[in-house]
Amino acid sequence: MPEWSEQWFGLSWGALAAITGMMLATYACRAGGFWLMQHVPLTARVRRGLNALPGSIVVATVVPLALRGGLPAIIGIGCAFIVMARLRNELIALIAGLLAVTLARAAGL
Amino acid sequence: MNSTDTPAVTMTQAGFVEGMRRTLPILPSITFYSLAFGAAAAQTSMSLLEATLTSFMVFAGAAQLVALELWREHWTLTSLFGIALIVGTVNSRMILMGASLHRWVGGLPPGQLWPMAFFFTDATWIIGERYRAEGGRDAGVVFGSGILLWALWWLVTIPGYLISSLVPDPKKFGLDLVMPIFFVLMIVPVWKGRHDLAPWGIAALVAVAVWWLVPGYAFIVTGALAGALTAAFLPERADA
Repeated sequence: MPEWSEQWFGLSWGALAAITGMMLATYACRAGGFWLMQHVPLTARVRRGLNALPGSIVVATVVPLALRGGLPAIIGIGCAFIVMARLRNELIALIAGLLAVTLARAAGL
Repeated sequence: MNSTDTPAVTMTQAGFVEGMRRTLPILPSITFYSLAFGAAAAQTSMSLLEATLTSFMVFAGAAQLVALELWREHWTLTSLFGIALIVGTVNSRMILMGASLHRWVGGLPPGQLWPMAFFFTDATWIIGERYRAEGGRDAGVVFGSGILLWALWWLVTIPGYLISSLVPDPKKFGLDLVMPIFFVLMIVPVWKGRHDLAPWGIAALVAVAVWWLVPGYAFIVTGALAGALTAAFLPERADA
């Protein structure tokens, strides 16, 4: 086989096993939450926890990533927030946020 | 409140299309992200087919980038388990996202729920939460959003791999921050105000502490769990 053919279409058993393993691990995470909640009784306490979960996931994702990203990240998230609060348009807000990060990083902040 | 916990969830074609429509704002960013994965894969021993299969079967951006660092030409049983374990760890946040979304899509028949779970991802999750907060109950929105992102994700990996030298560093354009920015702007319109401040504050504190102390992505799961547990063990409120 020519070299480009191997580079494009090569597939070893090891690679296939690795990709399948990654797929199974990821699907277990994707389906695991649904499966779990089918087996947890929905008491008032559990319900209160679940209702706080979406916001908690967002906060636990955003705050450390903002700190890790430093000033450009904080500026970008802040810009997206302000644009969204004013214009209520997700596309424009996302572009504004990414543009702010790009400019801040280009400026060496 | 019982009506919101056991909603009559449906799945229609109209919902499917609505889910795709709600996904449009993030498509340019996801396109760039997938190009960047393809380009990075081309720098390893991965073939084009292997890179595309990875996007096709795994469909998880951050985890796939981590997997590239562990990619090798010759696999042992240990390295196979290792890469699956790391990928599962990076994706463990999806367990909580699924648990959260289960509040309204959990009533789906198994023949719809389990296939839908395959296409479930961060952007789809926040789109589903936002849609539900606006009063929607058509799980087609979640399925449609997931399918569109998945199809785009693996297709765009191919040109990314082929033109790898032309793909700029995604970090330069803030692509590493797409998800936190998207999360923030998606919750602005459904902001409920003050009563979640205690759980969110605890979630933030724990997440920052774990991020500080533990390498990797454990901060998302631990912080979010801490927030939910705080809400669960706070005294019952009249509106809860």
